Amino acid sequence: MKVVIMGCSRVGAQLAAMMDAEGHKVTIMDIDPFSFKKLPSTFNGTALVGNGIDEESLKKAEIAEADVFVAVTQGDNRNVMACQIAKHIYNVPKVVCRIYDPIREEMYRGLGLRTVSPTKVVAKLLRDQIED
Amino acid sequence: MYIVIIGGGQVGYHLAKMLLNDGHEVLILEQDLSRCDILCEELGSVVVRGDGCEAATLESVGAGRADMLVAVTDEDARNLVSCQLAKHKFNVRRTIARVTNPNNENIFKILGVDVTVCSTRLILAHIEQELPSHPIIPLLKLKTGTLEVIEAKIPPDSKLIGKKLRAFSLPEGSAVLLVISKEKGPRIPTPDTVIEAEDEVVAITEAENEEAIRAMLTSR
Repeated sequence: MKVVIMGCSRVGAQLAAMMDAEGHKVTIMDIDPFSFKKLPSTFNGTALVGNGIDEESLKKAEIAEADVFVAVTQGDNRNVMACQIAKHIYNVPKVVCRIYDPIREEMYRGLGLRTVSPTKVVAKLLRDQIED
Repeated sequence: MYIVIIGGGQVGYHLAKMLLNDGHEVLILEQDLSRCDILCEELGSVVVRGDGCEAATLESVGAGRADMLVAVTDEDARNLVSCQLAKHKFNVRRTIARVTNPNNENIFKILGVDVTVCSTRLILAHIEQELPSHPIIPLLKLKTGTLEVIEAKIPPDSKLIGKKLRAFSLPEGSAVLLVISKEKGPRIPTPDTVIEAEDEVVAITEAENEEAIRAMLTSR
């Protein structure tokens, strides 16, 4: 699979390393080249400096050929916009979006995006730990 | 009408002022505290501090009864999300977004924003108009179809000067709408209108023919 990941945060870098190790073709984008230091030295994919809500950068990441697009920058709005561009303009078959705000997450899930809200997930995990 | 404005910068401020003058009910959502204070002082209590991309904030300002939401922050992604929330969560009938990256205009339309205004494109168009090296200026793209209205200045050494319009071989589907001469002012041309040096010509054409028109009007 060709996977494009936007945002080389800790999560982004970890996901990129995982998918790469599983043998997928990974391209990871970030506006800050320094962030690529988080990638392991074994990473075989492409690290690309660019903004995922800019069409030119998405083209450089060969978004049209991607099977999966994942947006994990710190900004909910940027993630949502990039994912919608990937889904509706470039018809990427699987688009996954991180949205911290649970209300926004619910709405965009309703609009057909695959969404993950770390706020909800982590709160639930913590609660489970407390109850355990 | 009740109009919610997202972003209290220069655009948001002047827009609110204008709408208030027209008698509309207006509310500005602005995140920056000191900016809120300034706006409150100037406009009165029509400012609420908050994030226009948060559903809870929009709810608290009664977005559900808003007739229109206008997002004019300087971040395209933010404006998009505000408009989409308004549309899908609060059923606001009309959403308008300011867009800074001209490439985003089309994307916003596909994603359901009713109207986009691209400040960058407008500024570029105005500057382009002043550049001597750009004899053709796109004035307006029609919303439906591929027609566009362009303006061209006839260079002083164009071989069209002194010729009648009927002698022009315009690409199919194009027409000259207006000839503006320095002395005679604007006139609606007939096939017998004679083109003079420095005339400005306003024409309608298929976007793909823009180059052909450029070549013809400015040929020397």
